[in-house]
Amino acid sequence: MTRRWQAILALVLAFAGLAAVVVGGHADLASVAFVIIVTMAFDTRRFGHGGAAVGIFSGVHLAAYFLIVSLSADSAGSPAFWLLVAASWVAAWSLVERLAAHTTADLGMRSAIRLIIPILFGVWLLILWELIVRGAGVPSVLLPPPSAIAERIAGSLPILWADFQQTFLKAVLAGYLIGCGSGLIVAIAVDRVPFLKRGLLPIGNMVSALPIIGVAPIMVMWFGFDWPSKAAVVVIMTFFPMLVNTVAGLSASTRISRDLMHTYAAGYWQTLFKLRLPEALPFIFNALKINSTLALIGAIVAEFFGTPIVGMGFRISTEVGRMNVDMVWAEIAVAALAGSAFYGLVALIERTATFWHPSYRT
Amino acid sequence: MSESTVISAKDLSLTFETADGPVHALSHIDLDVERGEFVSFIGPSGCGKTTLLRVIADLESPTGGDITVNGKTPEQARLDRAYGYVFQAAALYPWRTIAKNIALPLEIMGYSKSEQEARIAANLDLVNLTGFERKYPWQLSGGMQQRASIARALSFDPDLLLMDEPFGALDEIVRDHLNEQLLDLWAKTNKTVIFVTHSIPEAAFLSTKIVVMSPRPGRIHDIIESDLPRERTLDIRETPEFLAVAHRVREGLREGHSYEDEDA
Repeated sequence: MTRRWQAILALVLAFAGLAAVVVGGHADLASVAFVIIVTMAFDTRRFGHGGAAVGIFSGVHLAAYFLIVSLSADSAGSPAFWLLVAASWVAAWSLVERLAAHTTADLGMRSAIRLIIPILFGVWLLILWELIVRGAGVPSVLLPPPSAIAERIAGSLPILWADFQQTFLKAVLAGYLIGCGSGLIVAIAVDRVPFLKRGLLPIGNMVSALPIIGVAPIMVMWFGFDWPSKAAVVVIMTFFPMLVNTVAGLSASTRISRDLMHTYAAGYWQTLFKLRLPEALPFIFNALKINSTLALIGAIVAEFFGTPIVGMGFRISTEVGRMNVDMVWAEIAVAALAGSAFYGLVALIERTATFWHPSYRT
Repeated sequence: MSESTVISAKDLSLTFETADGPVHALSHIDLDVERGEFVSFIGPSGCGKTTLLRVIADLESPTGGDITVNGKTPEQARLDRAYGYVFQAAALYPWRTIAKNIALPLEIMGYSKSEQEARIAANLDLVNLTGFERKYPWQLSGGMQQRASIARALSFDPDLLLMDEPFGALDEIVRDHLNEQLLDLWAKTNKTVIFVTHSIPEAAFLSTKIVVMSPRPGRIHDIIESDLPRERTLDIRETPEFLAVAHRVREGLREGHSYEDEDA
């Protein structure tokens, strides 16, 4: 019977924790130590990777639950507490190792494991964040525990929704669509007219180098305090990546493919729509993905420079001033969620639109 | 030049200006191709065989002399969709299915949907690819891809088929098989074929006329009229007549090379 070093380390830490419980009191932590010891004893070859993974999964999360419950007692912050936090963290690590090593022919199972591993990773990040911040008594102005942020999110749903609507549904989406759309159209024009390629591309380069904190106040003066000025900032930020990528994509077709169109006496627009734009799609989607995250950053930062009293950037800047850090974190959580969902959606569309590309072929 | 002359080149030259000075890709080419002929251009690399084919297709412009395709300039012939061109690579568009790839020239030339479907089916049958309509090019073997590209070149029924080393990237077994199929197809459709190759057996097996070319400057060294029967099977390669043709081609290529040595 061989044991992985994580399992041995977890056992050692759990026994050390148990010893600390005996020496220092805090009997409520004894249950954590027992759970981890039993769980790790379960981690043998006999059950295979799959069986062991299920066993550890139940064990470490039970241990984590007991640890979080113990936070409200005075046992938090004791040596036993830290030893057991370390023990359960190492145990969780061995769980991920087990899952990654688990091989199965079942395709559904495989994609489920591919999904579970990053989720476990995220969940344990939150668990450790909660345990360390509350166990060490970190002031919430510096870093509030996830539970406080979750509580704040649950308690401020109407405000968060209004901010999300203002910043994401109005400024980001409008700016993204206009910026990406115009970038695409200008790229086609640049490609068609040689003097634009020499004249406009360097200027576009310059525009992309403009600092957003300089542009945002000017856009507020031009387009007013409400969301159109934020959308304008987003347009400026997203236009150039789309322009450069599309220009590169339009020349991605091979000579032989273009010669083929030439032999058919195909016109400019036929060649554009039947060959060059499809060939440019991977480049265009690259820009769409880059822009999906750039747009959100741009809109939030732009709201620091004059805005009606709603919006994610406005909320962050005012709540920081009032030391309501949990509200700031709530907005950050919403932004992270919206940003990754937006990116994921674009990536999903990319997969269906460029299924033929060597990187996606099945 | 008679009514049945498809291609007529007189004193045709093409010089590329490069950083290393002029390159004489084609020099004083005189050539006539009659309707229904199967003509091969053969020669070592740099002899201008592909360049000559590209001039006929209006993919390159000559710098001297005259050339007509169907009695017109190559550009007018291209605009009239006089020829189908088969490249060294299949050049199928990966986002289109095999059927849609064959439909590409038909879409560009404005054929109706029902006409497109009829022609896709007929041409897939011609190259023995029926049943692969909905496959994507990358799901097919190299030989099948090249057959699909031949079906694409034939889909709008041009009288002239220009083929630039179409089987060069395939192994010999597949190549033999496709050569037989090509002859079969030529007999069925009665098209004029111009075929660029650097394989002596391939040229001798397929052609009614073999144009032997030599490099620096690219020029025609010999034109061999093959007296092999039009109906051929692979077995013909064992006959003395075939070997005589192949021998003459090999001799021509060797002499072409010796000129090069004198130049050097």
